[in-house]
Amino acid sequence: MGRKKNDGLKKGMGIRARRGLAYVVLITISFFCLFWFYILFINATRSNGELQAGFTLLPSTHALDNWRNLIGGTLPMVRGMVNSLIIAASSAVLSVYFSTMTAYAIHAYEFRLKKYIYPFILMIMMIPTQVTALGFVQLVSSMKLEDSFIPLIGTTIAAPVTFFYMKQYMESTLSLALIEAARIDGSGEFRTFNHIVLPLMKPAIAVQAIFTFVNSWNNYFTPALILHEDSKKTLPILIAQLRAADWLKFDMGQVYMAIAFSIFPVILVYLVLSRQIVQGVSVGGVKE
Amino acid sequence: MKKKKSRVSGYNKWGYIFLIPFTLAYVVFQLIPLANTIYNSFFENYMSGLKQIGPTFVGIDNYRKLFEGGDIWTYAKNTMVLWIMCFIPQIILSLLLGAWFSDTRLRLRGSRFFKTVIYLPNLIMASAFAMLFFTLFSDGGPINSLLMQLGFIDTPYKFLSNTGSARGLIAFMNCLMWFGNTTILLMAGMMGIDTNLFEAAEVDGATSTQVFYRVTLPLLRPILVYVIITSLIGGLQLFDVPQILTNGTGDPMRTTMTLIMFLNKHLYSKNYGMAGALSVVLFIMTGILSLIVFKVSGNDKRKG
Repeated sequence: MGRKKNDGLKKGMGIRARRGLAYVVLITISFFCLFWFYILFINATRSNGELQAGFTLLPSTHALDNWRNLIGGTLPMVRGMVNSLIIAASSAVLSVYFSTMTAYAIHAYEFRLKKYIYPFILMIMMIPTQVTALGFVQLVSSMKLEDSFIPLIGTTIAAPVTFFYMKQYMESTLSLALIEAARIDGSGEFRTFNHIVLPLMKPAIAVQAIFTFVNSWNNYFTPALILHEDSKKTLPILIAQLRAADWLKFDMGQVYMAIAFSIFPVILVYLVLSRQIVQGVSVGGVKE
Repeated sequence: MKKKKSRVSGYNKWGYIFLIPFTLAYVVFQLIPLANTIYNSFFENYMSGLKQIGPTFVGIDNYRKLFEGGDIWTYAKNTMVLWIMCFIPQIILSLLLGAWFSDTRLRLRGSRFFKTVIYLPNLIMASAFAMLFFTLFSDGGPINSLLMQLGFIDTPYKFLSNTGSARGLIAFMNCLMWFGNTTILLMAGMMGIDTNLFEAAEVDGATSTQVFYRVTLPLLRPILVYVIITSLIGGLQLFDVPQILTNGTGDPMRTTMTLIMFLNKHLYSKNYGMAGALSVVLFIMTGILSLIVFKVSGNDKRKG
């Protein structure tokens, strides 16, 4: 046993050395996570001429010019942000509300089809939206809903991942005795759900609302297939358009400003809510 | 007693009522499209110039064409290469960071800050992130001018014209976007391990490396399998980053073209027969992978 311990000491590092190594690695990694966004911020403040001149770590003074040029340019960025906001916010509200309702149906009631429906929802959880995109596009065009936000928002009502998170949260917090008590007090089932269950689910609702919002905000594949009119396009589609344009002719200051305009709102939200988000990931465990 | 029972089942009809919105949305927006996609895969249906060909029923011809055409193998290989290039550094980094974050003896300061930072890229719009990398790594972009100012290179390095560096950039971006998520998942798994086991190993004189390989890893196996398979499913869906970075061309020489980019191309050219067949193939692949996840998490995770 003594020899083993000696071996261990020879091979293993001391706790201080390991701590030092951990800090070095963590700081390096943090640098790689933040560096790009820092350059993005710097470059969005520089004029096209300054950008051609080379690399620097110091901000310049042309942020406002770039902003004005971008807004006055051909890409409808502000419109795009409004569209993205409408779709992401409505998706978040509907998805969270109806996923909680679905989870509640499975959690609080006993009915015959339950033992089939629950595994079914878990099974479809992993199906990527891309593989049904073809049928989705055809359906949307046959319903004359191209260039409409309805199909994009409507889809999120059936969100198996959000449902699963809600279901797990309910199992740990929502006791059936409470629902029974509400019934005895004469509260209707719908009222019980809206006024007793929803408030109790607030932490889970907040986490999932953020995730749904961000996913919808960042979504490129499906919106690009059904939104064709300029006035309906969302930010990711405009970014793709920017990439497809002959970008060398572009004022690079504007390009950086456009990218910053799409990325920074999410970073701001994250700075405020990072604690809940990081906790939400470790609790949920099923975000793909 | 009897009365109570009927009252209870009276409540239980609400289970069905509350399921209506989900079911409706699912059937309309996902199930019908899925059925429609499968249906389309058996029809010849495309545009030849301005002429519409089909739809005519052709049986499994689309599938035969898909596999005999050879493109699908190239793109499947690209997708796998990109996934492996992204996943190996990602899982090593995540295991390492997860072990450090969950090690109580190490007492890292500022671990909340670090967790916040490493999770950040996961929330960034992939298309905007790819556009950012495209401008930063373009031939006259800031990275090239930085490297030249530092004297590493004399002429701009064409990151996007070389297979290795183009794939490397895509893998790097994806790794950056997903390792934080993986770290937090693995960390949650490691925190769940009984600390007595670590103490016992320490008393027996095990080094931290030995503890990691002999105690942590084996106990972490179920969650590792879960992480690997879900990452593989995510990897199959790789689209935004290579699509924006290469403007949908998969350059250089289609070596960064992924399966979903291929699907997207068929969808845009309105070749619905081939798009359908490709979708069904992808659906079956993810289906098999999902079954594995379902089995693994059914055995281990749902109890916890």
